[in-house]
Amino acid sequence: MKVAYWPGCVSRGFTPELHGSMAKVAPLLDIDLVELDRACCTGAGVIAEHNQELADTLNARTFALAQQVEGAELMMNICSTCQGAQSECQERLDASAEYRTQINETLAGEGLSYERGLTNKNFLWLLVEEIGLDELRARVKRPLTNLRVGPFYGCYIVRPRRRLGIDSEHRRDEYLHMVIEALGGTVIEYAGMRKCCGFPIITMNKSASLKQAARHLGDAADAEADCLVTPCPLCHLNLDLQQPLAEREAGRRLAMPVLHLPQLVGLALGVEPKELGFSRHIVRPTSVIDWSTAVVGAAA
Amino acid sequence: MATSTDRPPEEFTLRVRRYNPESGSAPYWDEHTVELEPHRSVLEAILQARDRFDGSIGIRCSCRQAICGSCGVRVNGEPALACHTHLDAAKTSSSDGVIVVEPMGNMPVIKDLIVDMDAVHWKKIERVTPWLIAKEPVPEREYLVSHDAMVDVTQTMACIQCGACVSDCLSMEVDPGFIGPAALAKAYRFVGDPRDAAQFDRLNDLAQDPDGIFDCTHCFKCVEACPKDVNPMGQIMRLRRIATADHHIVDRNNGERHEAAFTTLVRDYGLNFEAELLSRSYGGNSWFGKFKPAAAKELLSSVPVIVRGLLTGKFNPKLALLGHKISKRDLDGVRAIYDKVEGRPERLELNLYVTGSDEDQTPSHANGAARADARAADASGVEPAQAASAASVADADPDASAHQDSGVEAGDGALADEEARAPAGEEETSG
Repeated sequence: MKVAYWPGCVSRGFTPELHGSMAKVAPLLDIDLVELDRACCTGAGVIAEHNQELADTLNARTFALAQQVEGAELMMNICSTCQGAQSECQERLDASAEYRTQINETLAGEGLSYERGLTNKNFLWLLVEEIGLDELRARVKRPLTNLRVGPFYGCYIVRPRRRLGIDSEHRRDEYLHMVIEALGGTVIEYAGMRKCCGFPIITMNKSASLKQAARHLGDAADAEADCLVTPCPLCHLNLDLQQPLAEREAGRRLAMPVLHLPQLVGLALGVEPKELGFSRHIVRPTSVIDWSTAVVGAAA
Repeated sequence: MATSTDRPPEEFTLRVRRYNPESGSAPYWDEHTVELEPHRSVLEAILQARDRFDGSIGIRCSCRQAICGSCGVRVNGEPALACHTHLDAAKTSSSDGVIVVEPMGNMPVIKDLIVDMDAVHWKKIERVTPWLIAKEPVPEREYLVSHDAMVDVTQTMACIQCGACVSDCLSMEVDPGFIGPAALAKAYRFVGDPRDAAQFDRLNDLAQDPDGIFDCTHCFKCVEACPKDVNPMGQIMRLRRIATADHHIVDRNNGERHEAAFTTLVRDYGLNFEAELLSRSYGGNSWFGKFKPAAAKELLSSVPVIVRGLLTGKFNPKLALLGHKISKRDLDGVRAIYDKVEGRPERLELNLYVTGSDEDQTPSHANGAARADARAADASGVEPAQAASAASVADADPDASAHQDSGVEAGDGALADEEARAPAGEEETSG
């Protein structure tokens, strides 16, 4: 399937392994990525905090660009924070024709216009709803047998439920569980899997931010997870990049690898760890690499 | 959730967390099976369990109509008003068919399901000066204000002070000093009131306080917890917006600098420039910000992370120094948007709580969840699920805050028995 692909800023900045691993995984799932390289940052909620109309217009511009991609079935992102920020803007844009007209007047200078009703899905949602778990299962080449994976959803992709289309019939807040299982892994539950990683306040209250990260990492370690997996690169920054500082804050060794979702999917689809950018993690996913080496060794 | 009222009574099992700090014993779980119609509330089930099996169960309640805010608890791990949660819905959302009822979080337990609201919630409400500071001169008769100006604060006035948002606040979980969602929503009720004389002072106070508006971690927990659609996090963002954009308050918590730097960098680059954002958040919103002592100190403290980032190849030095940009043509388009929107004499804000939606929500249902249904329906011939509606004002009760805090605390049976038998609407309320 062809998708208008929004990688976000961080996947091309401080988490380049995310964008890279998505590029490796897409062809294995027959996803044709048409990158929205003209689009700008979603504002991550911060621009909306500064000026709501500004954030709505910038995102409407991205939506309009996505709607121009010929043959694309929908827009796809690989960043929960982008999903949350874009969903918030889209909710307002789609709720009022008058408001949308005003926003489109601003976009007219570039010949762009947003038409109500764009479908914008995070890769996680696309995996479950568009590709389907059965199809995903069928494509697994290296089942994640005995790999103990803790899902880390973060906030932006699970709240608020109404805006994100989550209800008893659409359990998007359980999709990471379902994907880990479909890939053959073991889901490890722990208290903080749908809590905040702390990233949004890292510059405002660093101690509280690191405490949040440390608590979740510690809970996952106590539950004997081999690694975490997250659909959010900003969560990845606080959980992986800041983990050495979180260890200091917590006063304990954590050593918890944190994978991006496309990395975990790629691993199960048979992509080699070195091609998935594992070497770029601050906390080297040794447990995952050892696991994959053992699996390959056993198969040989 | 719509619940039919003509179904016969069924058995429901409650698992209630019991704890009496004065006893010296550890908390424990009690299970009781009650018989009630499925549309009855979790509160009615608790009261029946107390009537029939154990008069010592502690629960605070009063109106039983989701107005007084007294019966906040956790049902199956989620904050809720016990009186506003149907038994069939609670059973459905339970993991094993047993409805788990616990006291709210982030507040000390007085007994069983009763938490100490005074120790946390009310103390924080007092912290934000929750009354109008009248503009001078005070008119001889009432103040005259425009309808629109007061509509703006009705969302915060819908708060019934139940504490559900406080219970679930993730900032408060790691930083109990955080003023918190309920109190900050209350602060907006006065900051947004055109009759109030202290807008700047209130905002300056809340911006400078390390436990103030910039301590919110933007997790949406309070938005989700609130039974009245108050959207406390949204009110906190509005406080930040007025503090920074209107009053240009530069706080000591990096809040204003972070917001200004983020907004400027997206204008200048089209994309987020993480390294520059970090240093500007500490040192000020300019290229020279990184040379300010506060930024240098932060960079020094992050040396272990920076070194590991460079060694692993996570940080591309060129990218870290120069950032990444969209094309000049697109950057011109982005800047034109900034110029037009920021050049408006007044900010345009759409609050769906106030305006509702003027569109049928079905086609765009929440990022394509309906699309998935439609695909499944194509295959099975089943109709797609109905779309969720946009924010509604139906539950709003602008005067509800006047009814808060019933003060009825039942712990040892006798007091509670009276409560349980009194018909709704005739119970004592105070406050």
